[in-house]
Amino acid sequence: MGRNRVAIVGAGMTKFVRRAQETGKEQAWEAASKALESCEMTLDDIDAVVIGSAPEAFDGLHMKTEYLSDGCGGWGKPVIRGFVGGGTGVFSAIQGWYHIASGLFDTVLVVAEEKMSSCQPHPQGAFITIFDHTTERPLGPNLLWIFALEMNAYMTRYGLSKRDIALVSVKNKRNAADHPAALLGDPHITVEDVLNSEVLAWPVQRLDVSPVTDGAVAIVMAAEHVARRVTSKPVWVEGVGWNLDTAYWTNRDLSYPTYVEEAARMAYKMAGITEPRKQIHIAEPYDPFDYKELHHLEGLLLFDEGKAAEATALGITQRDGDLPVCPSGGLLGVGNPIAAAALMKVAELFWQLRGEAGARQVPGQPKRGVAQAWGDLMQVSTVIVLGV
Amino acid sequence: MKEHVYDTVYLSEEDFTEGRVLFETWVPKARYAWDAGIAIGRYLAELKQGRLVGRHCPSCGRVMIPPRMFCEQCFAPTDLWVPLQDTGTVITFSICYIRWDMVRLEHPLIPAVIAIDGASPGMGILHLLGEVDPQVVRIGMRVRAVWKPPEEREGAITDIRYFKPLE
Repeated sequence: MGRNRVAIVGAGMTKFVRRAQETGKEQAWEAASKALESCEMTLDDIDAVVIGSAPEAFDGLHMKTEYLSDGCGGWGKPVIRGFVGGGTGVFSAIQGWYHIASGLFDTVLVVAEEKMSSCQPHPQGAFITIFDHTTERPLGPNLLWIFALEMNAYMTRYGLSKRDIALVSVKNKRNAADHPAALLGDPHITVEDVLNSEVLAWPVQRLDVSPVTDGAVAIVMAAEHVARRVTSKPVWVEGVGWNLDTAYWTNRDLSYPTYVEEAARMAYKMAGITEPRKQIHIAEPYDPFDYKELHHLEGLLLFDEGKAAEATALGITQRDGDLPVCPSGGLLGVGNPIAAAALMKVAELFWQLRGEAGARQVPGQPKRGVAQAWGDLMQVSTVIVLGV
Repeated sequence: MKEHVYDTVYLSEEDFTEGRVLFETWVPKARYAWDAGIAIGRYLAELKQGRLVGRHCPSCGRVMIPPRMFCEQCFAPTDLWVPLQDTGTVITFSICYIRWDMVRLEHPLIPAVIAIDGASPGMGILHLLGEVDPQVVRIGMRVRAVWKPPEEREGAITDIRYFKPLE
């Protein structure tokens, strides 16, 4: 189809923190400037800007794209913001990709920013309005309900225990201890800590959940002829995919994310991947809750349905396992500033595939990785495959 | 990659509570008057009469609840109102100890997705369970709607107080 080849050539991020003193705009600038600096480019070298940021309700301001654009390097440039809920971070990289693959631009700065701490008394309040105003909101729902309902359906369908699932939280929070930007890295956390944490909405307990976070991440994407000039280690976008299921979420089988599989199949087909379990060396699936990592690994066709927990218990998904999963520490460990969290996963693959992940480096010189994000009413998935 | 991380200025809870940080607050007064819509308007009117109804798609044959005027899969108009039972099966549930603002509840709520009898398999609605010990709730449990008395109903999903076990 005559698409231009696209690479990621630079990445940078802020520290992920519970409350940043910076405004969202300032955070965006911090990440964007770090990304440009990493590939020795300046804003003059950038043709267009893609912004990723989740609900306006977090910030209490309308037209958030326009508000953030100065911090994202958008002054006097073509700017766009895509928004697909929690799927936004990976989607922003997909948008950056098609800006360049189409031939319209040679260089794009992708900036994902989230400042959740402004929303009082708790940013969970910003999510109440995702429920149907007539048939659901009068019942007094909160965001945790949908995760708890989905987690219970998943556990029950495959006969999984809380202990099976808590292993994911332990792995990711331990991995995050090696991430210089992490909010909740903890090298000593145990399964008992997770199982003994406060019950929020059974089966969800406090340490099953990622934290409220402020943070920003940016990447620089370039067409092949620019990428080869900028760096000796371009990381290529090999495939992208995204898919949206129905908003009638109570009519769906919540135990398996079909839309994740559809998005993965789209990306794998583009990347020429026929055997994902052999051809993918690192996975960064979306892990806002521990069970979601397992759910998504299955949707990404990396494990059989209901079998990702067993693989986790066997150590296959550890950083030195056969398929390292969330070597970054994920949302559970590094933190979950919604859109920025998922772009952090893309940045992690960038650093891992270049062999620059420091203490987090996955052994064996991985050549290909997949990052995935998820959101809306448990209905959207965005997938990107990167390779060197 | 440590050099690619900006050392953000971050704050503790005390910095905020002790007023060491300047911040602005604003209370939004956004008000909305939502139209229930064609399908849900009828759904609410039937709830007021103590009945659950679904809509039938002539193309795929599904009987759907919540009812809708078009089938999102066939992208074609639905054609019939179908009376459903007020009984069903728990597809999944949670036992929720917190409110949306993370304040703990004295008595947990038990939200559930309930597949309604008479609709196509797996067609559930979100509601609450009541008159049941949270410890005995299980997926697959058979339940029945507990309705408000007719004079208290107002054409809302809350005209059903909750669902309780059939046995």
